[in-house]
Order: sequence, then structure tokens, then C-alpha cells
Amino acid sequence: MELYELTCHELKEKLDRKEISSREITQAFLKRIEQVEDQIKAFVTITGDLALEQAEQYDAGEPVPGLGGLPYGLKDIICTRGVRTTASSKMLENFIPFYDATVAARLAAHKGIMLGKLNLDEFAMGSSTENSAFYPTRNPWDLDRVPGGSSGGSAAAVAAGEVPYSLGTDSGGSIRQPAAFCGVVGLKPTYGRVSRWGVMAYASSFDQVGVVSRDVRDCALVLNVIAGHDPKDSTSVNQAVPDYTSFLTTDIKGLKIAYPREYFQQGVDSEIRQVVKNALKHYEQLGAIVEEVSLPHSEYALPAYYLIAPAEASANLARYDGVRYGLRDLQAENVVDMFSRSRAAGFGDEVKRRIMLGTYALSTGYYDAYYLKALKVRRLIAEDFQKVFADYDLIVAPTTPTVAFRIGEHTDDLLTLYMNDILTVPVNMAGLPGMSVPCGFVNGMPVGMQIVGKPFDEGTIFKAAYAFEQTTDYHNARPNLGVSK
Amino acid sequence: MAISVKQVEQVAYLARLELTEQEKQIFTQQLTAILEYADKLNELDTEQVEPLHHILPIYNVMREDVVQPGPPREETLSNAPLVEDGQFKVPRII
Repeated sequence: MELYELTCHELKEKLDRKEISSREITQAFLKRIEQVEDQIKAFVTITGDLALEQAEQYDAGEPVPGLGGLPYGLKDIICTRGVRTTASSKMLENFIPFYDATVAARLAAHKGIMLGKLNLDEFAMGSSTENSAFYPTRNPWDLDRVPGGSSGGSAAAVAAGEVPYSLGTDSGGSIRQPAAFCGVVGLKPTYGRVSRWGVMAYASSFDQVGVVSRDVRDCALVLNVIAGHDPKDSTSVNQAVPDYTSFLTTDIKGLKIAYPREYFQQGVDSEIRQVVKNALKHYEQLGAIVEEVSLPHSEYALPAYYLIAPAEASANLARYDGVRYGLRDLQAENVVDMFSRSRAAGFGDEVKRRIMLGTYALSTGYYDAYYLKALKVRRLIAEDFQKVFADYDLIVAPTTPTVAFRIGEHTDDLLTLYMNDILTVPVNMAGLPGMSVPCGFVNGMPVGMQIVGKPFDEGTIFKAAYAFEQTTDYHNARPNLGVSK
Repeated sequence: MAISVKQVEQVAYLARLELTEQEKQIFTQQLTAILEYADKLNELDTEQVEPLHHILPIYNVMREDVVQPGPPREETLSNAPLVEDGQFKVPRII
């Protein structure tokens, strides 16, 4: 087996036993990137020299347990000191942050090795990574298909073996959906579990940083490093962080799992429903109690999300004014023209569309009818989940209504594209933790099962995900990529 | 509900986005489609429901009012498109 095919914990064992150095591991991944990146286009920026330097420092110093000495990639919306951070937008094509986001600083302090910055839908707005201002990323399982989004680069890079793990962000499904499309593990932690400081804001009441990894144990190892309170993010919660690897057992007897009937209805591909139903049967065989429940307001989550998130985005993206950073129209002679033309030139279509929609929903005369109405519906959705969690430990459902679609397939059909998030958005509306784990294939493309937990109870998700993974074989499947020499 | 090109122009002005004529036409159609989809929310009676602004029960997070070092001026100016005399430069305002 090649080094790039191993999980973090497998690599770490070799590293700790001195069978191999951090430099050798880093070189193996850089070589893999060289071989497949032309096909995948997962990266915006590759930081090979920096990575090798960090690896040599690691080899010369004291070993750090966990993920020390192992490479990773970051979604290019997470600020990195001295390394260009673009949000895959022309607006920030040349932006070089002078500080690290808290999550980037934590991985660096943990002596991780950063291989580079990963492609996304511009400012995390999208479900396919086709909205990157630079180029679309491709799905390693089928290069004609999208990897999902917005953290498409983060998921594709892990699936293609270009990085052993990566960080992404998830506001409406942006980690779980691409993880499902690319056949890897993707975790969106509870809102407030991980600091957002230094992560460019899209929709602040939804955004959360999370993990893409090969398997569940790796995911727990990464969350161990990035979770926890940050005084710089007042929405990060001051609550003890358990060792998430302590939840990795296969004994789930008596665990109460609910599956919402609304997630197994029309609109969700029948073959995907069958694959996830089979996974539920598997849980029963492992001793879990599996029962059907209802989340009656599910169908209202998506329209509410597409009012609230753009409203928040329109306020957040007001900062891109051409003054302090970012693209600027230098010809404009007055301030309003400078703002309007710089923003017109710097933002792509989807970003403009969401800024327009959000500005409209917040404007006088429409605020009550749209924005406030959507916030009230948000409460109904959150209460649906609370009621189910009074009686159950976890909710299990498909992550996406279809497998990965073809590049260009939905570009003219906005609402169909938005529908991709129909099973993931409600979880963000309620701020809950959710993980997508590989649970089968339809027509050769991976299918993800979404496991949703109570607030700050990522531990129980890890337990159920691990039990499933260790008694099935889906996480060992790898895409076949032709390698250019 | 349908929105007009004129409304799109007004919203674009509020959002400080210069739009081409073609963009105005497209956004008028697309925003109408999205807002019609959003009208689905009116099926729900929310008269007695409190809006949920934020899912965490956190209010007014305070910290001690202690002076902290800020980033050096050169760094904060390092990404600015136009700088003069250690300051951000913008077109004449007054």
C-alpha cells in the first residue's frame, strides 16, 4: 500500500515507530499531488516548500501525539498568515492575511504540516465547487462529476489521496454533502464547538468549521485539536472538550436511533433511500433500536435558509469595499462608484445573487414578510429536532438526495441546485452536529449516511459512525485514478 | 411574489453592486423565482412563534476592558489597494 492511501492514525504509527519521517510522508503526498492534481484541481495554492520545511522541523524536534508531523489541507476560506487566502474569489485573488485563523493556528501549534489551500464555491456559496472563480474541482470517482460543495476541494483532495485530512466549513451542508459525494467522512460540529475566528464569514449564525477525513478515528483526532473555546469568537462555547477517540467503540446495544420519514420521501433518489435503509437494518443487527419519527417542518427549512443565509451574507460581505483589502476599481472618481464597481468586478454571479436576495429580504417593507418570517420558521424546525431528541440519541438519514451530478448539469437551474442541500440545511438551522459517513454506492458513485446528534454530543455520533464503519467495508473503497508520470 | 427591474436596481444600489443591463434582467427573473419559492413559508401560521435569531443561549458576551496589542500598521495596510502616508487612500468624499 502506498503512503498516500493510509489514514492519519496508520501514518502516525509509522511515524512514531520511526519507520518513516514526517519529511518522507510529506514528500509522498506532494508526489501524489503532482500526479493527480491536473485531473482533480482540488487546490488553489500548494505550499510544498513550506510543508517540507515544517516537516524537517518536526523530524528534528520532539514528537507531538495526535496528528503532529502529518500533512493536511485547509479550505481556502480559512486565513493563513503569509499564505494567500482567496475564498476562491477574484475579490481576494491576491489577499495575504497577516494572521492565522484560530483553527489554522491550532493545527500549526500541534506541528501539523500544511500542504496548501483547497478550492471552494466562492465565499462558500454553492453545492458543486463550480462557483469557484478559478476552476471547478472534479470528483475523483468520476472526473465528469462535481465533488459537491462548497468544501469540494477539501473532500476531493482527501478522496484522491492528496491530503490525509482537511478542514472545511459547513453552513448548509458544505462539508457533509461533498463528503458524501466523494465517499469520505465529513463532520460539521455543533455550532459553537469550533472557533470561527479568522474564517471568512458567509452566514454567521450557520457557519461552522469541521473535518473531512478517510475514516472516523481520524475525524475524532482532528476534532480533538480544533474544538474548544476561543476568546476571540464570542459564539464559541466554553465547554470542556472530551477526548473524542474515547467514544470509538463498536458496542451500540440499546442506542436509540430515529429516522425521519420526511427524509425518505419523493425528491430523494429511491436507490439512495434503499442504501440508507440497509444501513439502518445494519444498526438493528448491531443492537440499536431503530424507529421512524417525523420532523414535520422539514420542507420549510430550505426556503427559510435561502432567506436567512443571504441576509447574513449581504451584511458580512459589505466589508469588501475596495478600501482595506481586495479588488479595487482604481478608475472610480467617487466613493459610491468605487464600492459598486469594485464589488461588481470582484464578485461572481452566485455571490451577487445572494447579496441581492439578502439585501432585498432585509430592506424596509420586506423585512417582516421574509426575514422575520424565516426566523420564526427556523424556531419551528429547531423545535422539531428537540422533540425527537427527547426520546432518541441520534437521527440517521441520507446526506444527499442524489449522488454527485455532472459538471454543468444544474448550472441553469438554481432551485434544483439549491435542493441538493435539502437534507443537510435543517441541521444547520438547529445548530446541531452532523456527520456524513460512506454507506454504499449507487451506479458506482458513493452514498453518504448522515448521523445527527444532540448539541455538543459529537461523542455519540462518533460511536455510531465508528460501529458502522468497523463492521462494514465502504470506507476502504478508493477511486481509481489514472496516474500521469 | 414577482419583483420588478426597478426594484432590482434599487436593491443593487443599496448593496453597492453595479449591475449590467443583462444582469438586471437575469436577477429580476431569478430573484422572482426564489422569492416565489420562499412564499411557501406562508403556508405556516407563525403568529405565536418567536423568531430564532441564534441557536445558542448566549447573550452579551463581555470581556475585561484591557488594552491588547493590535497588529502593526504596516501589516494592516499590507493588502490595501491604495496607501498614502501610512493611511488607506480613497476618492475624495467631501
